[in-house]
Amino acid sequence: MGRIPRSYLLNRVVTLLITVWIAATLIWIIPRLSPVDPADIMLGRMAAGAGAVENADQILAQLRENFGLNDPLVVQYVKYIRNVVTFDFGLSTATFPTQVSTLIARALPWTVGLMLLSVIITFFIGNALGALMAWDRSPKLVRVAIPVAMVFTSIPPILSGLLLMWLLAAKLRWFPLTGAYGLTVEPGWTWGFVQSVIHHGFLPALSIVIVTFGFWALGMRGLMITVQGEDYVTLAKAKGLRPRYILYRYMIRNAILPQITAFALKIGLLVAGQVLVERIFAYNGMGKLLYDAILDQDFPVIQGVSFVIILMTAVSVFLVDLVYPFVDPRIRHDGVET
Amino acid sequence: MRRFESPWMNPKLFCGAGLLLAIVALGIIGRLFWNLDLAYTGAAPLKLPPVGFENLRGQEGAWTYPIGTDGSGRDLLALIVIGAPNSLFVGLLASLIGMSLGIFLGFSAGFIGGRTDDIIRVLSDVMITIPPLLILVVVQSAWGDVSLTMMALLIAGFVWQSPTRLIRAQVLSMKQSGYVQMARLSGASTMHIMFREMLPNLVPYLFGSFIANVTTSIVTAVGLEVLGLGPQRIPTLGRTIYEAINAGALIQNLWWWWGIPTLLLGLMFIGLLLINLGLDEVSNPRLRKLQ
Repeated sequence: MGRIPRSYLLNRVVTLLITVWIAATLIWIIPRLSPVDPADIMLGRMAAGAGAVENADQILAQLRENFGLNDPLVVQYVKYIRNVVTFDFGLSTATFPTQVSTLIARALPWTVGLMLLSVIITFFIGNALGALMAWDRSPKLVRVAIPVAMVFTSIPPILSGLLLMWLLAAKLRWFPLTGAYGLTVEPGWTWGFVQSVIHHGFLPALSIVIVTFGFWALGMRGLMITVQGEDYVTLAKAKGLRPRYILYRYMIRNAILPQITAFALKIGLLVAGQVLVERIFAYNGMGKLLYDAILDQDFPVIQGVSFVIILMTAVSVFLVDLVYPFVDPRIRHDGVET
Repeated sequence: MRRFESPWMNPKLFCGAGLLLAIVALGIIGRLFWNLDLAYTGAAPLKLPPVGFENLRGQEGAWTYPIGTDGSGRDLLALIVIGAPNSLFVGLLASLIGMSLGIFLGFSAGFIGGRTDDIIRVLSDVMITIPPLLILVVVQSAWGDVSLTMMALLIAGFVWQSPTRLIRAQVLSMKQSGYVQMARLSGASTMHIMFREMLPNLVPYLFGSFIANVTTSIVTAVGLEVLGLGPQRIPTLGRTIYEAINAGALIQNLWWWWGIPTLLLGLMFIGLLLINLGLDEVSNPRLRKLQ
């Protein structure tokens, strides 16, 4: 791997694997500890909802197979882990007989797209604002943003989502209320479709951005204040370097490091927040899939979606950890490179 | 003589605590003076606006239902009088249990070290990346209805990691400090060192971590409720929002139905934030303003 120390990499890989294994195991154990038989409940609710259930025997058999009522526990567990590794979560009960993995594959790009977009936007806005808040040469007006950023950070994205939805979609009608693209456009790489996707994605992204940029901004500000007092900054000033150069190359460069570690710990909350935002905007991602599955008591889908989202979170944390040695050269010297 | 004033007496801490107490007071006073039977379905006319407003059907708000009613004829005031303290209760209970677990595990890891430390460290590293919401969704869809306390217990299983890490780190650094070495040399027991010598120094951090966890717990609980899980028979703020979204309250401009619970939750989070900022000033003297 060249620049990443092997021990560090190994440590991260092991943590990733344990995380995924624990998540998969929890998802497997939980229904088995349940005092009620999920298969019966599900079928009962389906029958109550639809009046009658087609293929009831088949579904019940599949459910029992999924919850493994026929094999010894160890066999079930091994089978389950094998299935999970190959992303095989069985068949959806609500849209029987669609593969759960097919449904997830359809929803995943939307979620990943929305997440990447909002994370990148918040990263730049937040850090830039935070740096400006602490920089002694920035206009006084920027300091007003501090309390505003703080208040926004304390609010979960679902609340900001509701407010924005009401104001910008229901009241002002600037943006569509729900969905990921218009009902009249055909999905495909056409300009009309892309336009519709951007138009629909704006509000969900904004509701996440507005409550997360403060996290970066405040962290950045705190770190900048610490960095400002460092000797190397004083020296740089004394050398007569341009203030802007000092800001970028001396201050931000050093202050951004702990920010990245702090971010890795936040990813879980961020993902959960986005699931809820997708649910209220009925955005075609994993959040909506999960919500629909909860409504339909579609347990295989709930299991599959939960697992894939946890996997996504764990992989994101892993990637952030991998990026870290590249940003912070000091960490490279820790590992023994032979 | 300002520098002798206690850092605990700071305005942020007071405002934050005041906000939370106001929500608790709303619950207590509401229970005493308001008819909570109005929280039953059909106890009031449907979709009535708050006093001074008019809904789309041209009905005006009435003082019998001062902040309006929801789509199935429940009085919103009664709903929030019951629901708001519930959300706070879940947050506090979950965080309290998580905190106790965290203190225990953090001290064990930092003090005993070795294998115990490895296991606890890896476990908290792992669990901190798993979003509690997703596991709880699986739990609740397999188990059906849960009580408020049960939900708090479930959430508590996911909020012990950050206090554990925090305390472990602090214990490791304190172990080397002079006063702990001194206590050890003078023959103090491990328990004495842990709880009498070290714990008092950790109090501001613990409070900070506790408040942060209350926020996480409430966010998780509200998340579950908005997904239609959580307690089914007890009014909670999240569930009220869930019902409002499902009934299309946004399109029908029934802003009070989702807006008032949202506002209350927002105030709750701001209150918690203020407390946390106040606590930061206690634990980090550099943040205190020199006046």
